Amino acid sequence: MSKKELLVSAIENGTVIDHIPTEKTFQVVNLLHLQDMDTPVTIGYNFKSGLMDRKGIIKISDKFFTDDEINRLSVVAPNIVLNTIRNYEVVEKKRVETPDELRGIIKCNNPKCITNNEPMETIFNVIDKEQGIVKCHYCDKEQKIDEVELI
Amino acid sequence: MSKQDFVNIQNLSEDTLLYLIRMAQEFEKHPNRELLKGKVVATLFYEPSTRTRLSFETAANRLGARVIGFTDAKVSSVSKGETLKDTILMVSNYADVIAMRHYIEGAAQYASEVAPIPIINAGDGAHQHPSQCLLDLYTIHQTQGTLNNLNIYLVGDLKYGRTVHSLIMAMRHFNPTFHFIAPKELAMPTEYKLYCKSHNIKYVEHTAFNSKEIADADILYMTRVQKERFSDLMEYERVKNVYRLTNDMLADAKPNMKVLHPLPRVNEIAYEVDDNPHAYYIQQAKNGLYAREAIFCYCLGITLDDVLNDKTIIE
Repeated sequence: MSKKELLVSAIENGTVIDHIPTEKTFQVVNLLHLQDMDTPVTIGYNFKSGLMDRKGIIKISDKFFTDDEINRLSVVAPNIVLNTIRNYEVVEKKRVETPDELRGIIKCNNPKCITNNEPMETIFNVIDKEQGIVKCHYCDKEQKIDEVELI
Repeated sequence: MSKQDFVNIQNLSEDTLLYLIRMAQEFEKHPNRELLKGKVVATLFYEPSTRTRLSFETAANRLGARVIGFTDAKVSSVSKGETLKDTILMVSNYADVIAMRHYIEGAAQYASEVAPIPIINAGDGAHQHPSQCLLDLYTIHQTQGTLNNLNIYLVGDLKYGRTVHSLIMAMRHFNPTFHFIAPKELAMPTEYKLYCKSHNIKYVEHTAFNSKEIADADILYMTRVQKERFSDLMEYERVKNVYRLTNDMLADAKPNMKVLHPLPRVNEIAYEVDDNPHAYYIQQAKNGLYAREAIFCYCLGITLDDVLNDKTIIE
């Protein structure tokens, strides 16, 4: 195996998250709580990519994600691809889909919203998937998904 | 049976709005009853609002309920750091229904999700004030005989005025034509204009406010231009009297036209207008009692049939 290939080693079983905008790599780590995992995780960023300028890539051994977990990623990067690996082969490619509702993932931008003043879960309804507009279930404030903070 | 909250206006159907208006009409005929005898109503006011609180408490008292509550968060456990959830759950142990006022937006919605008893939103910050909206609808219906196909002119602070925003959403069932009259600093926000477009509500925007502009109005809904909203006080001084209603501006008004205002007013309606037959804002405030009697019954499972067959009327 050449040194070039060794840069990111292949995994036998697990998930490869590809085409992450490089600056969002650690947001993906946080969203999936990868820092708490006990199986091997490889996190790479600033890789050259044909599709985008630079990308991040994450490989997680022996871990497969539910659709709910995957869809949380739509908040940071709607174009991420998840490859499910079994026995070194890609058996499935999944694209992130923006869900209709986001629970406990993002914070409301309205400082006077109840969700910022009470220990509780946030709920947002996604009202425009193409434009990325979400609406707080509690204060009704509409906000752009790339202008909100993650919890 | 799921519990019946009264938290926002935009989720209420046309049938529900008309049902509540019908119920309020019965309370206008006979406001004093014992329909809620044995019930305990809690009024939790996290910020003072004397007018709204007195209206809710009067409605409860005139239906025979007893009232508990607080008038200011300073005197409750909130000042000790208690969460809204804990306060709501504690009061739910004592009362049959909670009417709550809060300065935080979405507080009533959240309370309705945690409380085992019905929640009535008596205003949550700049967000919603649905009982005000119901009394506005009731007043429009009372003065025009219908809610359908009316020309409604909204004047003043259309940017921050939650009553005008709620009115637009509540009127969407009734084919209104809205006219927005405001200085550009306080113009109707884009999100509400988009709301109008997506719900096929006709609207026209004006900046001038004179007798000719308002000659077609069925309802002239005035709001207060709030000084605290302006970053530039020169600007406030310039616009504060532009949107002032005087008697001579009502010279060309249609005979059925009524002037409404959620009150309190400052100087946007000249005192001379009070005696004009078009003035209706004082009667409008009185309708708050009937609307809130209807809201309490709606939340406590008392139907229009119960009200129509009520044997507890006190003459």
